[in-house]
Amino acid sequence: MIGTLERPVQGGKSRERTAKLWAAAWPKLLAIALVLAIWQLIHLSGWKKLVLPGPSATLANLWDQLRAGLLWHAVGTTVQRALVGFAMAVLIGSVVGALVTQIRPVREAVGSLITGLQTMPSLVWIPFAIVLFGINDSAIYFVVVMGAAPSIANGLITGIDYTPPLLLRAGKMMGLRRVSLYRFLILPASLPSYVAGLRQGWAFAWRSLMAGELLVIVANEPSLGVLLNTFQEQTDMPSVIAVMIVLLVLGMIAHVLFEAADRAIRRRRGLDLQV
Amino acid sequence: MTQVITTAPASVRLAGVSKVYGRGPAAVQALDSVSLDVSPGEFCCLIGASGCGKSTLLSLVAGLEQPSEGEISVTSRQVALMFQEPALFPWLTAVGNVELALRARGMNKTDRKRRAAELLELVHLRGFGAKRPHELSGGMRQRVALARALAQDADVLLMDEPFGALDAMTRDRLHDELDRIRDVADRQLTVLFVTHNVREAVRLGDRVVLLSSHPGRVAGEFAVPIPRPRRIDSTPVAELAATITDRLRQEMTVA
Repeated sequence: MIGTLERPVQGGKSRERTAKLWAAAWPKLLAIALVLAIWQLIHLSGWKKLVLPGPSATLANLWDQLRAGLLWHAVGTTVQRALVGFAMAVLIGSVVGALVTQIRPVREAVGSLITGLQTMPSLVWIPFAIVLFGINDSAIYFVVVMGAAPSIANGLITGIDYTPPLLLRAGKMMGLRRVSLYRFLILPASLPSYVAGLRQGWAFAWRSLMAGELLVIVANEPSLGVLLNTFQEQTDMPSVIAVMIVLLVLGMIAHVLFEAADRAIRRRRGLDLQV
Repeated sequence: MTQVITTAPASVRLAGVSKVYGRGPAAVQALDSVSLDVSPGEFCCLIGASGCGKSTLLSLVAGLEQPSEGEISVTSRQVALMFQEPALFPWLTAVGNVELALRARGMNKTDRKRRAAELLELVHLRGFGAKRPHELSGGMRQRVALARALAQDADVLLMDEPFGALDAMTRDRLHDELDRIRDVADRQLTVLFVTHNVREAVRLGDRVVLLSSHPGRVAGEFAVPIPRPRRIDSTPVAELAATITDRLRQEMTVA
């Protein structure tokens, strides 16, 4: 209350927004500053001096790469692969998940297999994919789908299985049957679990993609994985770290997007904790 | 074993209905040869201690479960069931929940909009249509659930302790509204109302049926000749409730 009175009437809203942004930003900025400081200290201490560059050299390298075209080209290739691969995984995972929930023998047959696949490191699929498809994009997509689809299928299965029985009774009394029951009740009810599955699926897709790009080097197609590989061979550590920073930032952007979708769903349904 | 639905005036008839859950030594008999006739337009209250199979009985009448023995015939266009919890769909707004019930009946979009607004008005929720269930109070949610039940165009309304989780003030208001809605429906609405609150049963019912526990069977019936409008704290309601409560106590000591 006192705060409101003290605040000048004009520009109160925008100032509030700035304060909010600042409250969210300063811990992140402080964390980044701390990491840079520690990094700088290690650099100054002379540990692995020959191979480990300091922050300034690395950031300068990153800046140069951002100004040249190759890094952007690589980001484009990798992100496009991630999106296409993820879309394929969503399609396949959703179809498999739907079949498992609808057909009992399918559930008996592949229910536990899905969880088994989920725990399998995607690296394991690479030799198989290379022999099957050769060294090309198909092999990479295969690895991405095998990494991501099980999580997506499991998210859908869990969501459908855990539709509250009381809502099912209410829906049946209302006259919802078969298709309409799914359309108006079971699918909306399973949405939060499905989104959680998508989120996990994305994380797996991204990891699988990196593994794929590092090991399945497709000729004449610069991707982030290929860049990392090349820089490693050239022992160009500042460039390696610069690419890793780019990967980190891309991962954070994906996190922010999924978080926003998740929060919107939770808020709509009154499931967010900040009530 | 059968459930017959025809189009004569709505009524519910149970003849020697038993329900057993499970098999062998673990079997639990929830209902034991219950016979009950609810005539068209009647408000019949079922009362009994917990475990007397009240909810089972409603599930059977609703057709969600099948009786182990006996026959249930429901003469009705449409049966609606209201639970103790509102059971609203949390991803839909209040009006969306009501409209979905209309949509399930195959009503077109314009009619749905109009009818849903009318129903929310009927339960005194005008202006709350855009709210989501979690933004409403318990009483308001139960009103939406009532509007949704009415949206099903039901002439038989089954209510399973629908006001059990509400505070006394809110409950009183909903009792009045239920009376009013039945007047609006021109006494064409047949209600089977389950409660463990004797006063509530006397306040609302044309008749109160007492069920004994373990297994549930009909232990007594009381006509409620008190003229409406009634008040839950009026003397005639309190007196009849006291009589029924005494009888309920006897049942519980016997059991």
